[in-house]
Amino acid sequence: MSDAASAATDDDPAVPDIDLPSDAFDAVLDALDERGDPDEGASEPLRFEGFAVAVDDGSDADDRFVFDPAGDDARTGLSERELHAELAERAPAVTDWYVFERVIGEFGPRRAFLRWIEDADGATVAARYAALAEGIERAWGELTITATVTDRGERRYDVRHADDIGVPVDDLDAHADPLDAREIVKLDAKDRYRPLKTAPTLRDGWVFDDMGPKDAYEIVETIYPATVANWHREREGDLDVTHWRETMERQSGIYGVVKTWDRGEGHDHVNWVAEACCDDSQCLKRREWEYDDDTDLDVDGGDGVFPCREPCSVVVSAARKWTRLESEQPRTYEFELTPSEKEQVEAVIDAVADGRVDEIREADTKEGANRYRTRFLRAKRFDDDGNLGGVPTDPDEADEE
Amino acid sequence: MQSLVIVAHGSHLNPESSAPTYDHADTIRATGAFDEVKTGFWKEEPHFREVLRTVEGDEVYVVPLFVSEGYFTEQVIPRELRLDGWDVSAWGSDGLSADQATLVADDIDREVHYCGPVGTHRAMTDVIVRRAESVTDDPNVGEGFGLAVVGHGTERNENSAKAIEYHADRIAERDRFDEVKALYMDEDPEVDDLPDFFESDDVVLVPLFIADGYHTQEDIPEDVGLCDDHTEGYDVPTAVEDTRIWYAGAVGTEPLMADVILERAADAGADLGTALDAVRETTRVATGD
Repeated sequence: MSDAASAATDDDPAVPDIDLPSDAFDAVLDALDERGDPDEGASEPLRFEGFAVAVDDGSDADDRFVFDPAGDDARTGLSERELHAELAERAPAVTDWYVFERVIGEFGPRRAFLRWIEDADGATVAARYAALAEGIERAWGELTITATVTDRGERRYDVRHADDIGVPVDDLDAHADPLDAREIVKLDAKDRYRPLKTAPTLRDGWVFDDMGPKDAYEIVETIYPATVANWHREREGDLDVTHWRETMERQSGIYGVVKTWDRGEGHDHVNWVAEACCDDSQCLKRREWEYDDDTDLDVDGGDGVFPCREPCSVVVSAARKWTRLESEQPRTYEFELTPSEKEQVEAVIDAVADGRVDEIREADTKEGANRYRTRFLRAKRFDDDGNLGGVPTDPDEADEE
Repeated sequence: MQSLVIVAHGSHLNPESSAPTYDHADTIRATGAFDEVKTGFWKEEPHFREVLRTVEGDEVYVVPLFVSEGYFTEQVIPRELRLDGWDVSAWGSDGLSADQATLVADDIDREVHYCGPVGTHRAMTDVIVRRAESVTDDPNVGEGFGLAVVGHGTERNENSAKAIEYHADRIAERDRFDEVKALYMDEDPEVDDLPDFFESDDVVLVPLFIADGYHTQEDIPEDVGLCDDHTEGYDVPTAVEDTRIWYAGAVGTEPLMADVILERAADAGADLGTALDAVRETTRVATGD
């Protein structure tokens, strides 16, 4: 039957030949044994795509099995061997059931994620197995996850950095233990610590090859903690978003001060926080929180596949600093700068804000934020106290000594 | 399905802050006592606020990897975990005796067993002693030695000093070390004056901290005089005035800590099988028997 489906057109990828593994068949038998109460009448059939199997009412005879294909008459009185023969011809559907109902299990986020990878709720078993035979690729943050099916209908996953697509496994550091991912995510490519796991700074050069479904999920969960759980809730319409105001209101201890930054004078400050911290260049989560229930921020939330439900600890920590800084009164400072120097100050700020400082070449003196250019500016414009243009930060400083 | 969730502080700046949490989670996972072992953090991910929604099990034990009862264990963690109806009186504690409270966590609509922190459990005393054994490489260390337990010391929370004194008193009662004293970084008696408090020629100094960071790797070694500048490093032992000080960093990195986490879960009703024995066996000092 599966062969007939795959012969539909020459352009469609072929459904692979699948051998029915004994553990899958045993799981079907166990599931049938558990079903319904024979004393109460018909036991409930076990449904697969395109057919169902059941056990004759109250029978424990060898020929107790019922095979009921969609659109055709049910065959009763089958022996275990005869049932096996029917199921072996439909191994894709049986192994699909086995993988999702027995191997992957019920845990919502994991099940939803692994089904989503192969579009299990949208495509037929045949279409999916054909696609899996070629490898189905999905993106998750900076990860590429490739799902395949073995000739026993098992799912296998390749998890790697998206930049390493197409790189042979032998050319990457191969890992088999999902917990190894903890070391991979700790530091970025420049060996700097990554306190935010969803920053777009995941290092590359590694691969988890040939992983089972639960391990693949663990790897994703380790690299981007809780992202699948929140994505799952969002899809179910259950994501509990906590907006800025409410999040800041609940802070206590040394973070209690952040609630004082909201002075009821608009939300520009939060726009600036979102632009600074939550832009896709800084975090892969798609910001779903706004100023409060009634007030959206004026900054785009981003395009990430997984949502951000509330300001994170990095934002709260930074907000504490900004709360203090923003309580200062602005002053007017007068600096004498050439037009190019003014633009150079802007270039330095841009370079730091965009994380580009290390990319500016040593001798590229055309770049305002080049180190020699910046040292020149400092040599020329800073006084002995490190003040730009000799202008003190605090007018009282000028009176000291 | 029985799940353990270890919650700890973590850090935005120090990559080693969460290392003990992961190490002890691994030790416990290897025993198979729990179907899953997860970790949640204040400053790292998954955050306290979201960790429970990643937990599959229905019997969930949350153990704080914290030194004392106080701000985090009584206020921050229950708030972030959204423990419905939490009140610190649910622990019925005098500052040292919190054991567990079973409450519904709002964001998963399931009950969790919220346990007391590791630092105030009686089994923590054994970890401090074990640390003395490992830093001296002697499972029988005691005679001729003093033991100093050093804590943060903070005016903001008197429970922090209680935990240190509790363990110091319990160790003193064992009559194993010649002298035992509780010292502090930020209050009297100060660890800076350690040699003044001990007559023994050898003193083991054990900081009651969960992870190694600025305090244990920079402040304390410099305060005590193991080095002028922490970047130079220090020897074990190092002589300060006439006292040889044996110092090895935060007690939270001692492998036997996994035992205390398990004890907290067991006290709350977790079924551990032989996990406690397994952990004690695998974390025993290699020298001696």
